[in-house]
Amino acid sequence: MSSAEHWTQERPASTPAATAATPTTEQVIAGLRATSEGGADLVQLLTPEGERVTHPDFDIDISTDELRSLYRDMVLVRRMDREANALQRQGQLGIWVPLLGQEAAQVGSGRALRTQDMAFPSYREHGVAWCRGVPPTDLLGIFRCTDHGTWDPIAARFNLYTIVIGNQVLNAAGYAMGQKFEGRVGDDDGEATIVYFGDGATSQGDVHEGFVWSAVYDAPLVLFCQNNQWAISEPTERQSRLPLYQRARGYGFPGIRVDGNDVLACLAVTRWALDECRHGNGPVLIEAFTYRMDAHTTTDDPTRYRLSDEVEAWKLKDPIERVRAHLARNGLADQAWFDSVQADSDALAAELREFCANMPDPPAERIFSNVYAEPSPVLDAQRDEYLEYAAGFTGGEH
Amino acid sequence: MAAPTIGTQGTDSAQPEVRTVTMAKALNQGLRAAMEADPKVIIMGEDVGKLGGVFRITDGLQKDFGEQRVLDTPLAESGIIGTAVGLAIRGFRPVCEIQFDGFIFPAFDQIVSQLAKMHYRSQGKVKMPIVVRVPFGGGIGAVEHHSESPESYFAHTAGLKVVSCSNPVDAYWMIQQAVANDDPVLFFEPKGRYYEKAELDTTVSPSPLFSSKVLRTGTTATIASYGPSIRTCLAAAAAAEADGISIEVIDLRTLSPLDLAPVFDSVRRTGRLVVVSESPGEASIASEVVTRVQQECFYSLEAPVLRVTGFDTPYPPTKLEDDFLPDLDRVLHAVDRSLAW
Repeated sequence: MSSAEHWTQERPASTPAATAATPTTEQVIAGLRATSEGGADLVQLLTPEGERVTHPDFDIDISTDELRSLYRDMVLVRRMDREANALQRQGQLGIWVPLLGQEAAQVGSGRALRTQDMAFPSYREHGVAWCRGVPPTDLLGIFRCTDHGTWDPIAARFNLYTIVIGNQVLNAAGYAMGQKFEGRVGDDDGEATIVYFGDGATSQGDVHEGFVWSAVYDAPLVLFCQNNQWAISEPTERQSRLPLYQRARGYGFPGIRVDGNDVLACLAVTRWALDECRHGNGPVLIEAFTYRMDAHTTTDDPTRYRLSDEVEAWKLKDPIERVRAHLARNGLADQAWFDSVQADSDALAAELREFCANMPDPPAERIFSNVYAEPSPVLDAQRDEYLEYAAGFTGGEH
Repeated sequence: MAAPTIGTQGTDSAQPEVRTVTMAKALNQGLRAAMEADPKVIIMGEDVGKLGGVFRITDGLQKDFGEQRVLDTPLAESGIIGTAVGLAIRGFRPVCEIQFDGFIFPAFDQIVSQLAKMHYRSQGKVKMPIVVRVPFGGGIGAVEHHSESPESYFAHTAGLKVVSCSNPVDAYWMIQQAVANDDPVLFFEPKGRYYEKAELDTTVSPSPLFSSKVLRTGTTATIASYGPSIRTCLAAAAAAEADGISIEVIDLRTLSPLDLAPVFDSVRRTGRLVVVSESPGEASIASEVVTRVQQECFYSLEAPVLRVTGFDTPYPPTKLEDDFLPDLDRVLHAVDRSLAW
């Protein structure tokens, strides 16, 4: 590493299409290649065409039932996501954060978790919530703005959503340190923690610090980066010169790039990483190379910053379709079974819609409750004064 | 888990019940008692282990409690608080040291966004029993960022509690009470007073943590202050006594929540109040005290409530800190202005 040239990275001949105002055909192709190909190090076990392939380091022995169950989870999670997106459009939710396209990354990694493991999501991990047994209805309050999450994060072993980008990586590092301090690491039944963050978050100081802390304390932490190519409008090139998984080397732990649209590869790699951690060989970085098929949130307009060609290219790599193709072609599931999964997902969507429409607004006293664990006479007085004031309006309305 | 009651317990059998200690030693002994009382209490910070902290507040604790209970952390303040939050979710009770006041700002995000809001966000399902110790204040001739008074930022943030000790006896008890509290507590230690001594009698019960305290009674005017300025205010009161002016001095001790009942009682008797702090006055603890006193004691006031604070400037190069910091003369000048109103 002595010559300056060694550090000079190769630049693409032209600007990636995604960031050019009026791209040429060559730029479009270059851009599509930049964001849709994971490179030689990509771990893949199921091709976009549904063909099962092997990998020298990561393979998985999976039964037909397990494969069908992964498929079912992804279909249900996508259906839930689409329903919630529609509920926002119909004014029932204030905002929604779609996971469309990231089902394999979330279900694959989420299903790798064992009961004793802990997960720290950011705010798009509806699929991981599903795998942790958090009812989808528990997510709605956050986006209907009636609460900040109603599940018990300690009992569910699934922390509340973290909206400030990257904060949760440090929180997860601390939790994982605690697992180690309590002697729960070091054998087959050890504990591990996984933390989810995006490509944009890798620019945050807290994520860097989380990498440092988990490394120097040998914390049992899987750092699971869903690189969905876009941080709202900014492409991954705005966050890093280097493929993100390669950053791990600088911190002294393994970094693996997995096909984030391949549920088998995500399951295999995450299971391996969690096992490394539970045996005391953490941390591990996983970059799930995937794509945000929808907008950042329902308030975002991706047509302002990316080409529909790119979305179309990624549709060919759809995480659910490849499993469907694999199951169908190999006679592992018949149409009746696919129909039953569809019916289950429609029932879930109906349940979500019904629940959402009947969610009560929180009472005003909720403003003042649980600010502190211990009694707060100051806030009790503020609450009482406000409620008395509010009650002075006719019928309690104002 | 029920927080243990802090009181007249024989936590430190090696120590005599009555002893003369510096504030630094009192904090050290208080932390030791807190760690002995609860195995989930851990200490985290830069140089807190082998070195015992740059002020030696944690001296000897790593040796006695081990490296998993006294953690020399990487040099990153956000990391200290952010991992403490995760450890608290896991059931630990971290005591974090921020090496100097001016270095707390890298941790500001984790303190405000996670530490302060986790209990509220989870509707009480996740507690954050974390203490953040902050040596603060000036008067030590230091370089930039080593003499600041950032307490008002944290008092402004819902979900945090903010306290400051002014003497070794309070330091010994308050640190134990803060550790036993189930809420996050920002614990501001007046570093310029670390090596002042007092007689600590551990058989005398402490005051509750979130209570202010009348340190000196008086009839002519009231001074409310906290932390490093308390000694200045007591000296001012002693000097004024020679001139026949009787000043009541109240140590606020708790900055959020404030305990102002003793201040209201005092102002209703004296009719005059001066609030003293090293922190700049604008939008500060002192401002809050003034607001509440004028609300509660409007008809008792004989003069506007005055403040003697640091100026609304960055902390100056310390060749100028004697001009910046409230001293005895500036405090008495304010008392004179109040009396002359």
